[in-house]
Amino acid sequence: MKQNEMAVIMNGVGKKYRYGQIGAGTLQGDLKEWYQRKKNARNQERADTEDAPYQIGETFYALKDIDLTIKQGETLGIIGKNGAGKSTLLKLLSRITAPSEGNIKIYGRVASMLEVGTGFDGELTGRENIYLNGAILGMKRAEITKKIEDIITFSEVGDFIDTPVKRYSSGMYVKLGFAVAAHLDSEIMIMDEVLAVGDMAFQHKCLDRMKAAAKQEGKTVLYVSHNMHTIRRLCDRCIVLDKGKLLFDGDVDTATAIYLGAEDIQQIRYEFDADYRPYDKNIRLNKRFNMDVLEVLNTSVPEYEEGEVPCLRLTCTSEQYFPKVGFRFELWYQDGTKTGTMLSGNTAEIKEGKNVLELRPDLTHLTPGQYRADLVAYLYDSDGNEDILDGVYPGFAFTIRNSLNERHYLDWHHQYWGHIRLHDMQVARLPYLEREIDGQ
Amino acid sequence: MKTNYTYIESNDSGFRLNLKELWDYRDLVLLLTKKTFTLSYKQTVLGPAWIIISPLLSSLMYIVIFGVIAGMSTNGIPQVLFYLSSTTFWTLFAASLTSNAYTFLNNAHIFGKVYFPRIAVPVSNVLVNLIKFAIQMIIVMGLLIFYTVKGDVHPVWQLWPLLPLVLIHISVMGMSFGVIVSSLTTKYRDLSILVSFFIQLWMFGTPVVYPLTQLAEGSTIREIMMYNPMTAPTELFRYILTGQGTVLPGYCAASVALTVACALIGIIVFNRVEKTFMDTV
Repeated sequence: MKQNEMAVIMNGVGKKYRYGQIGAGTLQGDLKEWYQRKKNARNQERADTEDAPYQIGETFYALKDIDLTIKQGETLGIIGKNGAGKSTLLKLLSRITAPSEGNIKIYGRVASMLEVGTGFDGELTGRENIYLNGAILGMKRAEITKKIEDIITFSEVGDFIDTPVKRYSSGMYVKLGFAVAAHLDSEIMIMDEVLAVGDMAFQHKCLDRMKAAAKQEGKTVLYVSHNMHTIRRLCDRCIVLDKGKLLFDGDVDTATAIYLGAEDIQQIRYEFDADYRPYDKNIRLNKRFNMDVLEVLNTSVPEYEEGEVPCLRLTCTSEQYFPKVGFRFELWYQDGTKTGTMLSGNTAEIKEGKNVLELRPDLTHLTPGQYRADLVAYLYDSDGNEDILDGVYPGFAFTIRNSLNERHYLDWHHQYWGHIRLHDMQVARLPYLEREIDGQ
Repeated sequence: MKTNYTYIESNDSGFRLNLKELWDYRDLVLLLTKKTFTLSYKQTVLGPAWIIISPLLSSLMYIVIFGVIAGMSTNGIPQVLFYLSSTTFWTLFAASLTSNAYTFLNNAHIFGKVYFPRIAVPVSNVLVNLIKFAIQMIIVMGLLIFYTVKGDVHPVWQLWPLLPLVLIHISVMGMSFGVIVSSLTTKYRDLSILVSFFIQLWMFGTPVVYPLTQLAEGSTIREIMMYNPMTAPTELFRYILTGQGTVLPGYCAASVALTVACALIGIIVFNRVEKTFMDTV
């Protein structure tokens, strides 16, 4: 049966890298590094006792023990945090680099779109580049000739096709690149977020094209993305990678929930260390104010009914006096879409030293599901300018229970309706108008 | 289940030359050749005419320096023909080497994003050089016919079928050296600085701008030069073309043996590097 044919089989695949710069680039540098490694080996015992994160020359696994079977016609989403091994996996499958352990069987031709327009040369015209790019991706000249009209139409570059691509806008360049890749006759297509480019209409077109490739032409699609929406739109199976290991393999909803860290949603005490401030450098100009601990009170599980008001206690340290500090929760739904933002209705006076504050977010309007809230403390002036004092990502995670009461019989469809249930509208029958209409 | 699949094994390195795969990608080789060719002469005044002009200019330079000023003998071969044919022949070898010496570094951006048999790039570079050589040979042939009719040179026509073999031999030798160098430059970039210097030195160590007979029979320098794998092919080429030159069958065989060895080493090194160089570059 065609449906059961295999596309990719990976057996215990691992990829090892070495910490530090690999190869110093000069012979002298390599000798130095080699000496360094020798020395490290001798001092291994000492290094172990010290709190060294790693030694130069030590190896680590970007991927380890990956067993994966992909059937033909499947669209597989690959998600994971940065450094989880997604790109390494794609590189192995597209044969850019070889595995250090295990083996891979690939049935059919692989078209990898780790970048659009690979090998485009600015001096060549669009048409010449289609041929070159197509050939690099493994197409025959005759195949390209057969498809070139489709490719040109799809790319929307029109009359510019015989102009050197160095005169193209970046959008046109990307569209042309994708058009070539999308028309490959390969059985397996690998994409690394190339869709994150181009205008919205074109992105939709690309996704539809990939969907058609999978559903109608029976192609296998492997897709890496941080955007849970496109994953959901395109994929019917999803794997989650974490620190080089396969964490989950199965349906898309569970996978996205796991990826978004739904498993740590039980937390009721947060100690905000550096892990909570990944963007610190970009947003915080000063270190005058620091949020230290957030505790969720009066409950052992952060689960609430819609409309409940949790009680949170925030401990912070300040190096100076601030008369008015505002706080806000920026809410994210479990699929990674922003739900909305909740500002503190008033401000808090912050004195030098330790401060203990109570936060009482009102959870009215939130629909059932899991949310994470980034907590931001900021100063602001009457012109609407803000100065961020501190931000933690996330500051608080919680679940809104799906409790059936008379207003909530309906299952909430987050993907169509959003995550906020606005104020109810009233509906009433007007019997006297019915009589009037009947009377005519 | 389909039986034809690509098998990627972790510990497979060593000798593997997938000619079938290269043949599958023949259109890519041709397109790369065409691209290199078009791009070298875009935005130049004279365009492809440079293919002919540059060897003419260097021949002119050699005539002035070695022929007129140094007064070196050309064994009775007219100077224009002597220098032009030698430079053309040497350039085929040198260009095959240098154009491939940076294969990995220059193509890192493509190699890092998509798979195709990497050997397609060196092969297309050699094709470019062979085409340029063919164009340059038109002028050489013109001169050769002119001087043959005049009676100054006597080509050894019965050996002409050997010519393609000689040309393939030196292209493959150049390519193999280039590929080995390019594989090493992924790790040691300082090597690339040496290449152009080394090529120049090698040219003067090869009977390109002077005939081998210029060196006294049995002298040490001549003994050393015989070990240069380019010496025998250059002299053979000159002999076939003009009837003047030293044919050294033993050294020719040694040169071919060296080429085969280099090609094998080149393939092994190239295979090793092509699989993992994206991790080091």
